[in-house]
Amino acid sequence: MGYEILQREVLREGIVRLRFSVPLISRRALAGQFVIVRADQGGERVPLTIAAYDRAAETVDLIVQAVGASTMSLAEKRVGQSVCDLVGPLGMPTCFAGVKRAVVVGGGVGCAIALPLAQGLREAGATVQSVIGFRSREQVILTEEFSALSERVFLTTDDGSAGEKGNVCRPLARLMKEGNIDAVFVAGPLPMMKYAAETTRPYGIKTVASMNPIMIDGTGMCGCCRVRVGGEMKFACVDGPDFDAHLIDFDEAISRLSAYRPFEQRARERHCNLLKKEED
Amino acid sequence: MEKGKQTANRHTMPVQDPHERQKNFREVALGYDGETAREEALRCLGCKGAPCTKGCPVAVDIPAFLAEAAHGNFEKAYKILREDNALPAVCGRVCPQEKQCEAQCTRGRVDAPVAIGNVERFLADLHAASGENPPSPPKNGRRVAVVGSGPAGLACAGELARRGYEVTVYEALHAAGGVLVYGIPAFRLPKEVVGREIEELEALGVRFVLNAVGGKSFTVEELRTDLGYEAVFLGTGAGLPRFMGIEGENAVGVFSANEYLTRINLMGAYEEGAATPVYRAKKVAVVGGGNVAMDAARCARRLGAEVTVVYRRSEEELPARREEVVHAREEGILFRFLANPVKIETESGHVSGLLCAEMELGEPDASGRRSPRERAGSRFVLAADAVIMALGTSPNPLLSRATEGLALGPRGEIVADGEGRTSLEGVFAGGDAVTGSATVIQAMGAGKRAAAAIDRYLQNKGPVA
Repeated sequence: MGYEILQREVLREGIVRLRFSVPLISRRALAGQFVIVRADQGGERVPLTIAAYDRAAETVDLIVQAVGASTMSLAEKRVGQSVCDLVGPLGMPTCFAGVKRAVVVGGGVGCAIALPLAQGLREAGATVQSVIGFRSREQVILTEEFSALSERVFLTTDDGSAGEKGNVCRPLARLMKEGNIDAVFVAGPLPMMKYAAETTRPYGIKTVASMNPIMIDGTGMCGCCRVRVGGEMKFACVDGPDFDAHLIDFDEAISRLSAYRPFEQRARERHCNLLKKEED
Repeated sequence: MEKGKQTANRHTMPVQDPHERQKNFREVALGYDGETAREEALRCLGCKGAPCTKGCPVAVDIPAFLAEAAHGNFEKAYKILREDNALPAVCGRVCPQEKQCEAQCTRGRVDAPVAIGNVERFLADLHAASGENPPSPPKNGRRVAVVGSGPAGLACAGELARRGYEVTVYEALHAAGGVLVYGIPAFRLPKEVVGREIEELEALGVRFVLNAVGGKSFTVEELRTDLGYEAVFLGTGAGLPRFMGIEGENAVGVFSANEYLTRINLMGAYEEGAATPVYRAKKVAVVGGGNVAMDAARCARRLGAEVTVVYRRSEEELPARREEVVHAREEGILFRFLANPVKIETESGHVSGLLCAEMELGEPDASGRRSPRERAGSRFVLAADAVIMALGTSPNPLLSRATEGLALGPRGEIVADGEGRTSLEGVFAGGDAVTGSATVIQAMGAGKRAAAAIDRYLQNKGPVA
């Protein structure tokens, strides 16, 4: 029973890449789509963007950052172990139609979402320039992968310990000034996507954000993932997760993402205490 | 027969004490014992023409099973029941009997209708505890796919399996049962009951594939071609929860009943130490008057909240099953009738109240119910830190978007005739995906009729190539 982990790679402390054999997902997956994972019986349903897929090998890669109890349980899994549920591909694939020159912006572990977009753009015949930002050098991931797909990669860190000091908005603004860009695709924390959208807005360049709201079923049934886009209510799992970043109500999305924060903190502490006990 | 017993009063269903049960998720109704079931069955007058059966969406031969039950032949009674109803333990618990079989019962005109649902439940539970499942029927080598494992899909799968078909049921979630597991709370329908019904189908040879989303993980076309199913039944359920479109609806603390109930029922969020959270509110307003609204209200009550159901029409128009309303009241749930939310009040992104308008009833609308209209200058604020919207659903587009040539109705629902035939040859549909939000038994009826139509279709098509 379950879905076995074929490969596991630690990208950084607390960030792992897991490879699953799951033909039902790999054969139809497209860039921008996500899966829902349940690590164990009784576990939470966690939405994760598909980081890579291989149709021939029938595999799907997920990149997991251990931030809460559920993602910790997932990130702790070893090769040969299984997750009990894995379902997808969910959501609409990212639309690359008409895009010839693109900028891909990734923030933190959102780079795991941005990477398949860069790949999808290349496969669709577009050129890619990548802007990837992290808190500091210890968190930097996927630089080689982005380099292989991009004409140029702009690396930023908040503290300047690697690449350019600051956030992704500065190199993004320079690229906007250079011009000749058809579309910008952003994936990362909500505040970062909000500011990226503000950076591109004056230039009127189409900007697409990959949203990451709280979800349960991921198939439209619960309505938990609703996002306000251009004043209209949209379900990220059915109509998204991509939306026009210039129309998204990011402040509302940020507020909605915090709905269960006290619970999440308690669950995280409980999980960490359990781990400590196991180690003792 | 002990004719004298026919004069006995209707036997009330023993229930958990309201003060106790509003703190737990254990089943409210405790069930008849054998003697009570037998005596209740004896109340049946055995009328000619069986009006009760006509009131049943799956046409159970009610007088026949009651007659056997009245003689204490419980297993025999169960078999008669099971002939027409794939999920008797479920239906005995969740059917709106007072609007169906029991509404037609002649005894109702004398004193009170026979408690058909209560006897049904007793028979199904007794069978589950002691009876043996019938042997799996011989297979005819023909394969049918069922998409969705809710009431429509389960009824269709069960009926086809009994006719010898090899049935595979595809379910999007990690557990089979559809609304029976994510929607209806354990205190009304214990999950073990659903589990047993599904095991019984597995014993009949039905195969379940979980984590498979129609229109995403696979298409209907693939089921017909690559996977070689000769017919497909779509029982994908109701779909996307509706909201009112009022200000404040995306605030933290506003939930669809689907979300609230799924967290509790499917994910077990009410249990101590559960991995999935559920919002712990002090004052909850539930908007709507159907069974789903009652379920959400009663769940919120069990999580310790003070709960008010806000309904825009009057008590008479409440669409919920009568028993649920009575139970909700006993559990201390308040009702605010003739009130319609106009705005959700918020404080820093969180719900702080529900602004409502008082309504009055006008002329009957298309549904035959008197349509409410706002009374001028009647607005008031109901204090609340959470609002649950139980307003029904609109069709889910996942499968229809991915199915070329599947005719849809004006609201996006799948178009199917009385036997479940869709615009695509060999593709049938039934349940909420076709009708919009309805009851468990109506969906089961649609699944069962479609199974009969699939059987005819495949027999006419001739043997396997």
